[in-house]
Amino acid sequence: MTGRSAALEVRDLTVAYGAVTALEGCTLTLEPGKVTGLIGMNGSGKSTLFKSIMGVVEPQHGSVQVWGADARKARRSQSLAYVPQSEDVDWDFPLTVWDVVMMGRYGHMGWVRRPRHADRVAVQEALERVELTDLARRQIGRLSGGQRKRAFVARGLAQGARLMLLDEPFAGVDKRSEATIVGLLRELAADGATVLVSTHDLHALPQLADEAVLLLRRVLYQGSVEGALRPENLTRAFGIDLGGAA
Amino acid sequence: MSVIDIVLEPLQYDFMVRALAVTVIAAVVCALLSCWLVLVGWSLMGDAVSHAVLPGVVLAYVVGVPFALGALAFGVLAVVLIGVLRGTSRVKEDAAIGIVFTTLFALGLVLISVVPSQTDLSHILFGNILGVSSQDVWQVGLLAAVALAVLLLKSRDLTLFAFDSTHAHAMGLNPKRLGWLLLGLLAVVCVVALQVVGVILVVALLIIPGATAYLLTDSFTRMLWIAPLMSAVSSVVGIYLSYWFDASSGGLVVVVQGVVFTLVYLFAPRQGLVAKMRERSAARA
Ligand SMILES: Nc1ncnc2c1ncn2[C@@H]1O[C@H](COP(=O)(O)OP(=O)(O)OP(=O)(O)O)[C@@H](O)[C@H]1O
Ligand SMILES: [Mg+2]
Repeated sequence: MTGRSAALEVRDLTVAYGAVTALEGCTLTLEPGKVTGLIGMNGSGKSTLFKSIMGVVEPQHGSVQVWGADARKARRSQSLAYVPQSEDVDWDFPLTVWDVVMMGRYGHMGWVRRPRHADRVAVQEALERVELTDLARRQIGRLSGGQRKRAFVARGLAQGARLMLLDEPFAGVDKRSEATIVGLLRELAADGATVLVSTHDLHALPQLADEAVLLLRRVLYQGSVEGALRPENLTRAFGIDLGGAA
Repeated sequence: MSVIDIVLEPLQYDFMVRALAVTVIAAVVCALLSCWLVLVGWSLMGDAVSHAVLPGVVLAYVVGVPFALGALAFGVLAVVLIGVLRGTSRVKEDAAIGIVFTTLFALGLVLISVVPSQTDLSHILFGNILGVSSQDVWQVGLLAAVALAVLLLKSRDLTLFAFDSTHAHAMGLNPKRLGWLLLGLLAVVCVVALQVVGVILVVALLIIPGATAYLLTDSFTRMLWIAPLMSAVSSVVGIYLSYWFDASSGGLVVVVQGVVFTLVYLFAPRQGLVAKMRERSAARA
């Protein structure tokens, strides 16, 4: 790192749920303007890493800094956006796409969260970027898998966050939606934002990410995508030989 | 007798006017809160807090302070105890709720049996809407106004909490605090509804209107209109029925709400059972 601060700096993070240690001495630095793929098997701690960056779980040890500031401060200044795993969302909730994207603006609003003109414009623009303008008034559960994901990406866009965390945005998403989302994330990174995406789709990784991180409770590898996909590295991360599949 | 007589005759009695006023106030506030409770999945919490206020009500009569004060204290106490029990042991939430509220409710029953008082146990348990004094109207009105103001001002935050508390975290908000706010409101609103239907049936007013509205619309804003309207109208109908048929008023308020819910459950345009069955048979044909 030369002078300017890292987008995300996770240092020696340890998180346990009771007896289960989900992260142990996890250290990770992300530079601005890059898309990073977070790879790891089920239960390797990807969601836990996201949750500790957002302050949902309290780490036993270690620290998280976002854009050079304490994570809590960064969250308050709307530097951080999150696209949740599909299973974590109540799709029957009586909210429209517009409502959900508008929630991204709450941190910019006053105490009562009354939307102003600027907020409506931001929501409109975000919806245009993810190509959901026509579906703005639709209840979120009445969207396809890919559209659902794009709605949440739009929420992050409307929020204007410069660090975007996405937990498995490509699960249950067709190629077209995946391409739209990948394109968006690449654009965001080109604009100077930093994107951390957990994914199980190793095939799409080269188009998606500038670099990759292999996680198994701690960071096993961080570097080029080709390097991450090398059989010996995948074997370490997944505990089985996946070389042929990648 | 004309419909107008049926509506107007009870209104010549002050006690009926007061009863209707308190009923409408309680029905509206409960219904608003129920929209969030139903979506967060805290119906059981409503049950717990409403039962747990019993010892507070009894003690308030003994000490001679407004019953709302005692009820509020025990409502909050129940919420805190449940939170502590869940947070500091492996006991799961539903068990924690069950333990705390039954114990407090039982404590209330014991207190009633040993405390000599003029108040009737059945009034506390089943409501005493026809015996509402004008002082009660003021108490209920004040608490309802506070709850209403907080609910409307914090409406969007509470919805965010209900929908995606992780996102609230990511935006630097404190979802835990919002959760406590919702629980605090729950305690206040229980007190408001106590006189109308009594400790045992308060939970009906806290669940049925929100659940009914949820079946009727996909818009949360519309839920916030439908639930209070449905609740107020069916509660007033309940009170009138109890006047004309000389039957339990709290009981009828809840029965009418239950009937409305059942009709909506069967015939709602989209989520109703009939519509769903028709949709399914259309898909098969
Ligand atoms: N709330 C919780 N309570 C207890 N253990 C948990 C909890 N959440 C996660 N864990 C455990 O922590 C470990 C890491 O889980 P995490 O959800 O972070 O994995 P993940 O990499 O996101 O997995 P997946 O690919 O399946 O989403 C797992 O062993 C999991 O069982
Ligand atoms: Mg996960």
